[in-house]
Amino acid sequence: MDFATFLQISDTALRFATPLLLACLAGLFSERAGIFDIGLEGKMLMAAMSAGAVAAVTGSVWLGLFAAILGSLLFAAVHGLASITFRGNQLIAGVALNFVASGITVLIAESMFGQGGRTPPLEGAARFANIELPLAETLRAIPILGPFYAEVISGHTILVYVALALVPISWWVLFRTRFGLRLRAVGENPASVDTAGVSVVRLRFSAVIIAGVLCGLAGAYMSTGLQAGFGREMTAGRGYIALAALIFAKWRPWQALWATLLFGFLQALALRPDVVESMTRLAIPVPFLDALPYILTVIVLAGFVGKAIPPRAGGEPYVKER
Amino acid sequence: MASADLGGRQATAAPASPYAIELKGISKAFGSVQANKDINIAIPRGTIHGIIGENGAGKSTLMSILYGFYRADSGQILVNGAPVTIPDSQSAIRAGIGMVFQHFKLAQNFTVLENVILGAEDGPMLNSSLAKARKILADLSREYELDVDPDALIEDLSVGHQQRVEILKALYRQAEILILDEPTGVLTPDEADHLFRILRGLRDQGKTIVLITHKLREIMETTDNVSVMRRGTMVATVKTAETSPEALAELMVGRKVLLEVVKNPAKAGNVVLSVKDLAVKDEHGVLRLKGVSFDIRAGEILGIAGVAGNGQSELLEALGGIAPASGLVVLNGAELPLAGPQANGKARRNAGIAHVPEDRQSLGLIMDFAAWENVGFGYHDDPRYQKNAWLMDNDALRADTAAKMATYDVRPPIPTLAAKSFSGGNQQKIVVAREMDRNPDLLLIGQPTRGVDIGAIEFIHKQIIALRDAGKAVLLVSVELDEIMSLSDRVLVMFDGQIMGERLPAQTDERELGMMMAGMIAK
Repeated sequence: MDFATFLQISDTALRFATPLLLACLAGLFSERAGIFDIGLEGKMLMAAMSAGAVAAVTGSVWLGLFAAILGSLLFAAVHGLASITFRGNQLIAGVALNFVASGITVLIAESMFGQGGRTPPLEGAARFANIELPLAETLRAIPILGPFYAEVISGHTILVYVALALVPISWWVLFRTRFGLRLRAVGENPASVDTAGVSVVRLRFSAVIIAGVLCGLAGAYMSTGLQAGFGREMTAGRGYIALAALIFAKWRPWQALWATLLFGFLQALALRPDVVESMTRLAIPVPFLDALPYILTVIVLAGFVGKAIPPRAGGEPYVKER
Repeated sequence: MASADLGGRQATAAPASPYAIELKGISKAFGSVQANKDINIAIPRGTIHGIIGENGAGKSTLMSILYGFYRADSGQILVNGAPVTIPDSQSAIRAGIGMVFQHFKLAQNFTVLENVILGAEDGPMLNSSLAKARKILADLSREYELDVDPDALIEDLSVGHQQRVEILKALYRQAEILILDEPTGVLTPDEADHLFRILRGLRDQGKTIVLITHKLREIMETTDNVSVMRRGTMVATVKTAETSPEALAELMVGRKVLLEVVKNPAKAGNVVLSVKDLAVKDEHGVLRLKGVSFDIRAGEILGIAGVAGNGQSELLEALGGIAPASGLVVLNGAELPLAGPQANGKARRNAGIAHVPEDRQSLGLIMDFAAWENVGFGYHDDPRYQKNAWLMDNDALRADTAAKMATYDVRPPIPTLAAKSFSGGNQQKIVVAREMDRNPDLLLIGQPTRGVDIGAIEFIHKQIIALRDAGKAVLLVSVELDEIMSLSDRVLVMFDGQIMGERLPAQTDERELGMMMAGMIAK
């Protein structure tokens, strides 16, 4: 693999990693607060459809983004209501939302546009434009780093940079602020928060809402950044891959970045079977390459990457005891 | 200065009333159950006030009302003479009330400092709160013997230290009134002594301590005044110096209770059970029981003392056929299989071992099933319960249950009542009836009186001694040292999965056993 190819694949990897990273951070906030969120997939799908539809109708990608966040928040609110207010089973509520999302997105898109469940192709202001970072061309002369900056780091949509910026921000919020301390405590032992006189319900809802906003960004990126329009099941299991990355990352923001980049890289590699073949001297079937991220997901979920201890109160509704 | 930081509440205006807390006419009902009935109590400031009562007497409900977990149906709460309403924990904290729960409310992978500031942070950023808490904690530790490493993770601390963190949490919130719910259940005698020293120190600084316990000895040693609750009512409040354990027990139960266990000297016979190098690993492969060896003879009670979690549970489960083990166990001259399909509870029962498990609610009973069904468990193939080759004779089982309930004084004696509808003591009597009535050669009995009322404790102790006097062997595991000392003919002390030594109850005391329980072999 020559350097130019490497840059190209890295560039694609970053694009593919972005929705995974956003969803992974969404899961991070939710699960750190003790709410297992298997509904990342459904929220992303809902957001992708909302963004695609609104951007197509209004021609404004920003309105699309706004709609994406609203759509995702709607699902997050239902999940919160079911699993926090009514103390239902978090996993079942999440799975149900995924099913609803899978159906309702196609239904809405079809009834609005009649194009077989797709939204019309987006162009111009209805999509996020790529941003050329300052000095990209000037610095190109510097060996290795220059081209890397110009080709890989520069030239993405704003949401990619937002996602990257959210990594240190999430770390700071979780580990350096009062809100973060309480959020983590409510996922470890909600009774400790409750007896300290802080509302468990309010904290958990905040976490679920943050997850909703982040999934909204992830979904909007899918239909208005990565691709030009919404298509049936376009998230293709990315919500589950993000969950696997979350476990891989042991519920930590920086590790989440590395984990999602790895998954993104595998996805990018699947687009270049020629590169894989020239490197391994084996004719690896493309479907196998396509399946690689999912295979890694299974390996991660099966616990082959060391012991990952989830937040101790995760998955359990909080019932005040005497 | 610690006193300047912490004494703010004391400094503001001299309190108008000599009482820290007054409860007037507090009542609380759950459905048809009257948990608290017209409770009146006045707790003087700067004293240690004990509240005792049997399980279900309403102590926890009363304290939950005080800490804002429940709202009273009627009645009034006064703090320092001023009426207050306490709708939630935040209000309780604001009123200067701190609570140390029986089950600690700590985040396990947080540091001590983080747990202390949780919910009482100064601002949205943590750094300044942490720095301030570090300083205040250092002052508190010095003042009250409350030493804990502020940067240690809770999961790395012993229970005694975790409890200190809970006390620090309350003091950091400037609690003037500290409520402790059964604080010594998980402590070694040494740790308990340390706790009481801390409490006395706090009292001498003018704080008010409310100590909820069922242990009469702690009440007698530590408190200034004591209130007794029985069936939801407050039956008496007396000065501790003017009462006796016997008088308190009578107030609690409502009749005379024999606190001392009366028993004749043991007439030990042949070895019934011989255990050699018995070892048990848990599901993670960690060695929990690290090769213990001992014998039990017919007609003797061997007591196993130790702080919970030092291998006693594994010992009971290995002998009871619940957990696979390695080593050599010989019962009445025959070796018992310790692993594989032959090592199961049924085989052990057939061999003559009866087992009253430590946790009756998960291992001893199915709470939703009726008493008669529970009495049949494990003995379904008893010919007396069979109608024919295919069907069970449930009428016979019900009749047998009724007979056992009469013998073992289970109240109410209704075989069709669900196990969960009985009180803790009567649930235990159902298990004891099922196991002891089989006349086993060896009885394994774990925590026989945990969560059991004083009246029922007396009865269960008598049954254990009667079994011994009938020439049977008994292995008694208990975290209650009093119980071990009064029932056992010989005592083994366990620590960290090993036996630290053997003592005769008459030739040792709680101090020596406590040292052994803490892993220090007494000289």
